[in-house]
Amino acid sequence: MFYKFLLSIFLAAFISACSTTPKDTAGSSGSGSSSSSDPASGDSDILADLENTELGGPNIEPGSQEDLVVNVGDRVFFGYDSSELDSDAKELLQDQVAWIKQHNASITIEGHCDERGTREYNLALGEKRAQAVKNYMTSLGISSSQISTISFGKERPAVVGSNDGAWSQNRRSVTTVN
Amino acid sequence: MRKFLFFFITIIFLNNKVLSLDLTITQGSIKPTPIAISNFFSSNDSTFRIGKDISMVISDNLERSGLFLPIDQKAFIQSSKSLAQGPRFEDWKVIKSQHLVSGKINKKGDKISVEFRLYDVFAQKELIGKKYETTEKNWRRVSHIISDAIFSRLTGDSGYFDTRIVYVAETGPKDNKQKRLAIMDQDQANHRFLTDGSYLVLTPRFSPNSQKITYMSYIKRNNPRVFIFDIETGRQEIVGDFPGMTFAPRFSPDGKKIVMSYADPKIGNSEIYILDLATRISKRITNSSAIDVSASFSPDGKQIVFNSDRSGRRHLYITSLDGEKIKRISREAGSYYTPVWSPRGDFIAFTKQEGGQFYIGVMEVDGSNERMIAKSFHVEGPTWSPNGRYLMYFKEERTAEDGSGGESSLYSIDLTGYNERKIITPLGGSDPAWSPLLH
Repeated sequence: MFYKFLLSIFLAAFISACSTTPKDTAGSSGSGSSSSSDPASGDSDILADLENTELGGPNIEPGSQEDLVVNVGDRVFFGYDSSELDSDAKELLQDQVAWIKQHNASITIEGHCDERGTREYNLALGEKRAQAVKNYMTSLGISSSQISTISFGKERPAVVGSNDGAWSQNRRSVTTVN
Repeated sequence: MRKFLFFFITIIFLNNKVLSLDLTITQGSIKPTPIAISNFFSSNDSTFRIGKDISMVISDNLERSGLFLPIDQKAFIQSSKSLAQGPRFEDWKVIKSQHLVSGKINKKGDKISVEFRLYDVFAQKELIGKKYETTEKNWRRVSHIISDAIFSRLTGDSGYFDTRIVYVAETGPKDNKQKRLAIMDQDQANHRFLTDGSYLVLTPRFSPNSQKITYMSYIKRNNPRVFIFDIETGRQEIVGDFPGMTFAPRFSPDGKKIVMSYADPKIGNSEIYILDLATRISKRITNSSAIDVSASFSPDGKQIVFNSDRSGRRHLYITSLDGEKIKRISREAGSYYTPVWSPRGDFIAFTKQEGGQFYIGVMEVDGSNERMIAKSFHVEGPTWSPNGRYLMYFKEERTAEDGSGGESSLYSIDLTGYNERKIITPLGGSDPAWSPLLH
């Protein structure tokens, strides 16, 4: 599967290199996509195949951070000035727990806050969020020795901007694989 | 005279700003006293320049205090050479100078002696006369010490010019700010960086002798802890041996203890601890399921004021060191943070959040007479000048979605909410801490 993927990239590169000029004139409306090429041409079958190849899927190493991010989700979100886990957060953490058990992973949970609040209070709140996640995970059978926590307070927002959208994405815990 | 007019324009501008605020910001109206500061006279060519520089440093210090209005030297009638023999008070009355500062510098080998006199022009009498012997390179500190003597004699408060500021210098985008400890004189001279920015540093505070700084550092990346930085040697030392995060440190007034928050991994919540630096024995002060953070000692070292959300809202509390009698002092609506006890013992300065705005405020120790003195999208972290008359804090601008804005800068302000000034630093600035008087 992986070789087929590489081969398709190679072929696509080779073919497009051979046919740059005619394709540019023929399919300028395609906005970069090859789908508007002549269906009768052999080129388009290969390019279509390339488009359908799931990027990353076969490349992800099981048990890696990327695996967690792509296949489970690495973060949960919190309400303003809250370290309580809502049902969405718990659902995602249940999946994380299953994943951690499957890979017997050691993890660090980062706690983060939005920019409203003082530096020191937010360090405490970030730690409380990370601990809330840790406690939930241990209640589901993960050993506390597998889990470390760290708070970044408001120091490392995921999204910049002084607005509700950014703030809601910054009030988070992020699970990272050690 | 032009400077005088400019001053009144500034005051009017500030007053207009005040009218648009939601919470009432109190603001004292202070009429600064005109003062003439002559160049310190020297017959020696090599110290002539120093005489001018000393005069300028004193003049800038007094002007920044908001209480004095140094008169333009172009208006002076009597020369500094003649003044060194004694003042002709009539010449200073004519230019409406209430006070007069004169000085002399004599060079003796590699040392200089700096002599100054402060006069009351209308009473026609000398108020202070003092002489300092020092090496030439110390001229700037001598200028601050003289400024303190003048300020103290004329206001009745102790001075605050011979002091330093430690703070966090910031560069880079909001989501990946590089932060370095930096130190400078109170007037922004002698600026230098103490750490290289390769790890996060937060909330530095001076020891009572100003030789050490306690702060929080991510130098051990996954284990942020409280450290002590020795300014002389550059050595950093971790404070205590705690398995979880320690943060929000401050020295006790005798310098022997540190109060800080500790998030015990077994409990998962921040409590206030006091660590004895000699015995390394730590003592837990608070015991609640709430966040307890940002503790600050009273000047007598017998109590602490701290920030807690134990009532469900963020308020300020005072307790004795045994943690027995915990009393809430903040009373109004909004969220309170970062209480700091005044060195005079009379006020608590704090950060307040209400209605989408942040404020710097002060209240009396029992929580009465709460007043807001500065307001912005975000202001935080007041620190007192050693005479308890001024505050410094930082202000952060809004950040736009494209990442622009978000700059952070230091500001100083009079306790009455008058004379807010931006402190110019080479990079962005946050988390300022004012040192005690160095002399």
